[in-house]
Amino acid sequence: MSELECVFREEWGRILSALIQALGDFDLAEEVLQDAFSSAVVEWASGAPRNPRAWLYATAKHTAIDIIRRRSNFAEKQVELMIREECRTPKVIEIEEDSIVPDERLRLIFTCCHPALPAEAQVALTLRTLCGLTTEEIARAFLLPTATIAQRLVRAKTKIRKAGIPYRVPSAPEVSERLSVVMAVVYLVFNEGYSAALGDTLVRHELCAEAIRMARLLHTLLPEPESEVDALLALMLLHDSRRNARENADGELVLLADQDRACWNRPQIDEGCALVQSVFQRGRIGPYAIEAAIAALHAGAAHAEETDWRQISALYGRLFALHRSPVVALNHAAAMSMAEGPEAALPLVDALKSSLEDYHLWHATRADLLRRLGRKTEAVRAYQRALELAQNEVERRFLSRRLAELNV
Amino acid sequence: MQYLLLIYENEKRFAAGYDPAEMKEYMAFGETYGKAIKGGNALQATTTATTVRVRDGKRLTTDGPFAETKEQLGGFYLVEANNLDDAIEMAGKIPGARLGCVEVRPIETFS
Repeated sequence: MSELECVFREEWGRILSALIQALGDFDLAEEVLQDAFSSAVVEWASGAPRNPRAWLYATAKHTAIDIIRRRSNFAEKQVELMIREECRTPKVIEIEEDSIVPDERLRLIFTCCHPALPAEAQVALTLRTLCGLTTEEIARAFLLPTATIAQRLVRAKTKIRKAGIPYRVPSAPEVSERLSVVMAVVYLVFNEGYSAALGDTLVRHELCAEAIRMARLLHTLLPEPESEVDALLALMLLHDSRRNARENADGELVLLADQDRACWNRPQIDEGCALVQSVFQRGRIGPYAIEAAIAALHAGAAHAEETDWRQISALYGRLFALHRSPVVALNHAAAMSMAEGPEAALPLVDALKSSLEDYHLWHATRADLLRRLGRKTEAVRAYQRALELAQNEVERRFLSRRLAELNV
Repeated sequence: MQYLLLIYENEKRFAAGYDPAEMKEYMAFGETYGKAIKGGNALQATTTATTVRVRDGKRLTTDGPFAETKEQLGGFYLVEANNLDDAIEMAGKIPGARLGCVEVRPIETFS
């Protein structure tokens, strides 16, 4: 990555958040910041300025003021005020001082993840504005046409403007409702990058990295520490720590039990585990905290055989008490099969038939239990059904391999 | 900005009249947000509604609301709010939001 690319990655969201605050206009802010980066390509050829952030911010803001001046409509008093204020501020000072680029990223993320926007627009807008991904990159990551993403972005920005969605951090009584939307967006971005889908590996890694960056940002910027935010950060760090071990050289999925644990990212595991510990010490355990604790128990086992399945099973039980979903119940049963054996778990899995019959992982879990119980014919049938329902290529290849092993 | 808060509820609940306790809540809402409320009314049941269309210059009048829905528009407030969040805050305080729902629509301004 060139120096300018690094600056872009690091600074785009931060500077854009400040520009939106100053200009009150998403589109204008984006346009002038893009221009500033274009100018930087030329102007920084002989070396970057001492404070790249302040340079970009000042350059973008001056361009914006020029644009506003040229526009015939001077009606908005606020804009005039801003310009007058601007005239008093010498450009030199701006470039010297970093403090004049306020960090408004919290406002930006809460606005992008406003519940009045549809979920898919929240994701696209957050990736575009806060993370600086291009429309094409977002489209590639979600395997959608660029025009679809572009349209989502336009509609979202129009709604922000027309419906009066404010650019602010919600007040205390609203924060928990609003934060859960933000966390859902962050986790969705992570899962899109983490799920073993085919497609551009680089883009997928990028999404995981961006999700982790966003969680770190929340962790750092929120005025009050939020256990669930820390837990989400821990959960993603722990999952992501296994990234290099979960696919073999041929791009095939490697199950947790078969992964080379030496390839796990230890510093990331240590950071994740420390976060989980501090969350559990503070109390107020939410769903992300429980999931993070489960991931921490996996990460803490030096060998697959040493995994503390009893505790994992108990944690899934606790998760189910908070979130009564059949998918959580399925995970609980799978963990229990490891703690107490497949015969104990099979009735629990069978009991979920009516709600999960069309879910490939229900059939795959059932197939695995039947295989371990030596009920080969039934296992084959369940793997076949799972294979019929699975969409994802990597998962399909895994299921086919299992099926082939049984048919030997 | 101005917003219209549209209150949708199953109107069967009001077939036998309004619950006095609920009426009191509406009064209290009106007092709390007196400054912000620019207008508002309860509507009579959709059984009293008439729908008018003009097609090819001809007026067509039919009985009933324009669409049969599970929940019906039963009342509205026109409010002045700083932004959508403030309007949502107000919408959440309308008693009808607990059983039905309140749609928040920004008022269009023509310049």
